[in-house]
Amino acid sequence: MDKLEPNFQEGGKLHKYWPLYDGFATFLFTPGHATGRGAHIRDSIDLKRTMAMVILAMVPAMLLGMYNVGFQHFRALGEDAAFMDTFLYGALKVLPLIIVSYGVGLGVEFLFCIIKGHQINEGFLVSGMLIPLVCPPDLPLWMLAVAVIFAVVIGKEVFGGTGMNVLNVALTARAFLFFAYPADISGDKVWISGNLVAAGENSNVVDGYTGETALAQFAKVGGEVTHLGGVAYDSLSDFLMAGFIGLVPGSVGETSALGILLGALILIATGIGSWRIMLSVVAGGLAMGYLLNGVAGMFPDNPYLAIPPFYHLIFGGFAFGAVFMATDPVTASQTPTGKYIYGFLIGVLAVIIRVLNPAYPEGMMLAILFMNVMAPLIDHYVIQSNIKRRLKRTKVLAHA
Amino acid sequence: MSAETTVQEQAPKAPAKPLFTAKDRKLISDPLDDDNPITVQVLGICSALAVTVQLKPALFLCMGVLFVMVFGSATISLLRNLVPSRVRIIVQLVVVAALVTVVDLALKALAYDVSKELSVFVGLIITNCIVMGRLEAFALANKPGPSILDAFGNALGYSVILIIVAIFREFFGSGSILGFSLIPQGFYDMGYENNGLFILPPMALILVGIIIWVQRSRNKKLIEAN
Repeated sequence: MDKLEPNFQEGGKLHKYWPLYDGFATFLFTPGHATGRGAHIRDSIDLKRTMAMVILAMVPAMLLGMYNVGFQHFRALGEDAAFMDTFLYGALKVLPLIIVSYGVGLGVEFLFCIIKGHQINEGFLVSGMLIPLVCPPDLPLWMLAVAVIFAVVIGKEVFGGTGMNVLNVALTARAFLFFAYPADISGDKVWISGNLVAAGENSNVVDGYTGETALAQFAKVGGEVTHLGGVAYDSLSDFLMAGFIGLVPGSVGETSALGILLGALILIATGIGSWRIMLSVVAGGLAMGYLLNGVAGMFPDNPYLAIPPFYHLIFGGFAFGAVFMATDPVTASQTPTGKYIYGFLIGVLAVIIRVLNPAYPEGMMLAILFMNVMAPLIDHYVIQSNIKRRLKRTKVLAHA
Repeated sequence: MSAETTVQEQAPKAPAKPLFTAKDRKLISDPLDDDNPITVQVLGICSALAVTVQLKPALFLCMGVLFVMVFGSATISLLRNLVPSRVRIIVQLVVVAALVTVVDLALKALAYDVSKELSVFVGLIITNCIVMGRLEAFALANKPGPSILDAFGNALGYSVILIIVAIFREFFGSGSILGFSLIPQGFYDMGYENNGLFILPPMALILVGIIIWVQRSRNKKLIEAN
């Protein structure tokens, strides 16, 4: 690596590709430069390590998600498969998504860095992992590639690259897919891998099979769900347990509340994810859930209103969004008070969209994107009010 | 003075002079790039979002705007010394509204399906900021000749952007151009799908943004100093 370096330095023949070299060198080895002057007390954490930590935190949700992809597939066919077979089936579905997401995303990122002469940033390492986790397992790979290009270019590079983006990159990709190819990312045909609806006509599929997610069921029948995917539930607690562990149809990474909870613990323990945001998102969701429960009696034709609020946390993308998306340090509010407001409103909006808009059984994506846009405004008012308060205090002191 | 003589006068009387002087040419070429009504002045965005789902309605709207702008500018320019400045907006509105009504009726008579597709957006040419903008900014202060050129140039600049946006949106959103399917069936069989986002208005906004981006990175004059 050191032997290669002169080629890339000023005047070397490959100088144009310096960002590329620098990116790889610092990714593989510790950066050689250190603060030269002055007394700076610094932890050895940098952007690379932060990103690595977030990816680590996503691993439990990803592994459980992979298992669940296989589980849903075999269960819908009414087959019993061994643990490893189930997991492998899921892994073979999910890994191509991850590889394409990283390959395309990093390619675009490197291209921009070389054109603009920037340093390569590690921002995409997390986005590249988040994108496959918020997609249904059978998403065609070319669609994923198009969405990643769109998200990196329009979501990030036009604003100046990592750290400048207004919108969460992974959610931009998902929103693109959602509006561009609705048939492949929403509805009731895509959440269980293996094209079972087409197979449904020659009927290997178990009785009572339904491809909907739990949220779509809530919209139809309320909280009393008896089956989902190929699984019939004897009791409500079985159903809730399945939702908590993550054995329900859904996007790859969002199904397992358990895996996400582990990730949240890692993020909070290392101080990377903001607990303020996570807590306030949950609080906002619950508060809105209870409020809607209160008015449920008045609108008997929307059974979604009456479901117990904590269902919102277990099912769908709520937990995943709260832990991995809303806490994105670039697009969230920066001030502590702002974080509470930002998180709370995400929770409230997500539940409002879920329950009150019949077209969207899931609202987390749109809620977070909306609040991403509002985050700078929140920060502005938080700072203004802080300035006002302190001015007042000095005036009082001056009078006294 | 000679630069401002009208075209009608120039053509028969002074064949030695070029038909369009450099200044005249600038009136047409400027709005195409350096001073484009949509990407630089950021006017007329609403119709750029609304009618560009397919190329055909976009083309018809462009022709409508061209007609209204050219004749509107000519009329206002001829009236410019008669109209008291207090009531000039009303006068402009009357002229534009009359011309738009002509366009609307002509479309209904000659191309009814397009007229139905464009629906209110023909009527909304009246409120298109480019039309009133050029009347206020140019036609009220210039002779008919240059006014016509200016209106023509701005309408062209507007049309160019509309057509580019419409081509992209129709191709990616519906897989066709002017209604002719361009993407072979084999692609669809292999799993290709039309991109639904291109049908939605936000994509037009994003496309206009991309055009502005490309234009500014090519045209150094437009880079703001900051």
